[in-house]
Amino acid sequence: MPAVELTNISKAYGATQAVRNVSLTVEPGELFGLIGPDGAGKTTLFRILATLLLADAGTATVAKHDVVREFRAIRNVVGYMPGRFSLYQDLTVQENLEFFAAVFRTTVRENYELVRDIYEQLVPFKDRRAGALSGGMKQKLALCCALIHKPELLLLDEPTTGVDAVSRQEFWHMLSTLKERGITIVVSTPYMDEAALCERVALLQTGQVLRVDTPAALRESYPWPLYAVRAARMHPLLQDLRAYPAAHSCYAFGETAHLSLAQPDAAAEAHLKAYLTAKGHHDVSVAPVPATIEDTFMDLLQTHHSAPVS
Amino acid sequence: MKTAAIGPVIRCEKLTKRFGAFTAVDAISFAVAPGEIFGFLGANGAGKTTAMRMLCGLLGPTEGAASVAGFDVFTQAERIKQHIGYMSQKFSLYEDLTVRENIRFYGGIYGLKTAAIREKTDALLQRLGLEAERNTLVGSLPLGWKQKLAFSVALFHDPAVVFLDEPTGGVDPITRRQFWDLIYEAAARGVTVFITTHYMDEAEYCDRVSIMVDGKIEALDKPAGLKQQFGVSTMDEVFLHLARGAKNVE
Repeated sequence: MPAVELTNISKAYGATQAVRNVSLTVEPGELFGLIGPDGAGKTTLFRILATLLLADAGTATVAKHDVVREFRAIRNVVGYMPGRFSLYQDLTVQENLEFFAAVFRTTVRENYELVRDIYEQLVPFKDRRAGALSGGMKQKLALCCALIHKPELLLLDEPTTGVDAVSRQEFWHMLSTLKERGITIVVSTPYMDEAALCERVALLQTGQVLRVDTPAALRESYPWPLYAVRAARMHPLLQDLRAYPAAHSCYAFGETAHLSLAQPDAAAEAHLKAYLTAKGHHDVSVAPVPATIEDTFMDLLQTHHSAPVS
Repeated sequence: MKTAAIGPVIRCEKLTKRFGAFTAVDAISFAVAPGEIFGFLGANGAGKTTAMRMLCGLLGPTEGAASVAGFDVFTQAERIKQHIGYMSQKFSLYEDLTVRENIRFYGGIYGLKTAAIREKTDALLQRLGLEAERNTLVGSLPLGWKQKLAFSVALFHDPAVVFLDEPTGGVDPITRRQFWDLIYEAAARGVTVFITTHYMDEAEYCDRVSIMVDGKIEALDKPAGLKQQFGVSTMDEVFLHLARGAKNVE
């Protein structure tokens, strides 16, 4: 029995179709990622699972409970961390944690073990009002408050958005520790590099699931021959690669450009070097490169955009 | 060349800001050349926002010296505001005004004449392919279009420098890259771009990158130079290496 099951879920806000016919399952103990930009429908899906919003169509269960008929049972077993900071700004760190424990008829002491590693980092600020905490600290406190009633399932809506790379890394480390304790985690993120840290991910765009798979399978599913190309100047490099006759797509990837070819070409490296050198580029290097999840996602976006909307 | 004659567009000399006993920005010094894409990185709480507010003329420095577009941050803050563009993910356009109204509003704020606004609006909408959307409320545009429009509006009064504060948050990976095409095009026209981001791959697209830690600039170089200096292969590793040592942990 899956920990979360969505079947043909749709939701519109007025004329805006936020979620279109989404079906997904998350297994117990799984670390599952909802990956997509703003407007992909991530927050709507979380609100439906957290029993805060009714879907227009379709059914969903959380821990075997129906999200409509058995919402009370779900609220006791789910920890939800919304994308927008939703703790009480004028309560202190400690007061917030005690409040959330009390609401669930438990105490901080009873479940302290679960939040200890995270809360210890907050102890020096325990008397500070939550509103006066900085971004990374707020995020940690929100996670503690979502955990303090010992939920079976954590719903984390973009916990790392706007957070710096160090705090992001720490946060993902905390998630892997929680997963080891058997908690099922559904987490959303717009950062493609974080998708690789999930066991399975759903790639979402404008309310639709583009694909659900493991990070490894997503990388392997990339259909085109892919090359990492370097040259001294990135912008002219991108422009010239896009104009390359055999190019299928070309995107900047850090210090290299990722070029996919419409057809395999055994001599692609030599052909590309000659082409770019003739265009006046310096320090050119070309090497085949395995696709990342971001390559796959962009390829799906392109296919999706050019396909007629069903 | 015009650029050589006017020197750096942004120049800081031991620029400092203290709030009570807390030093948020601690004697930072750097210069940004015309047309340069300058990445301004740092962990949350490192002092980036405070430094940026000073450079935009929104916050008076405690000590040091700085000029932006040839104007002094201590004495000519209002002139600075007129000669810079600013865009952030959090604040850009008015959602309940149309595309055309937003452009007219910002053009008016920056003191452009009505005829000039009209002429430039047509050219801008054509360039962005938004002619059919001129009377659409900005709130109903896709996020990617909004960002492109916000960037163009920030450049509408032809500022010497544009400050971009995490401009690409939340957009899909294709739109994020299209946004960088706009940045490259603006820089090629001579606009200086000062940008903050949490995407480390975007740090690679900058001409030079500075990394702030605890109010100080701990590293400043071309991305290739920084990676070489720290013996690592990505900007992500450079950033983690420097930011891990921070004391002002958030």
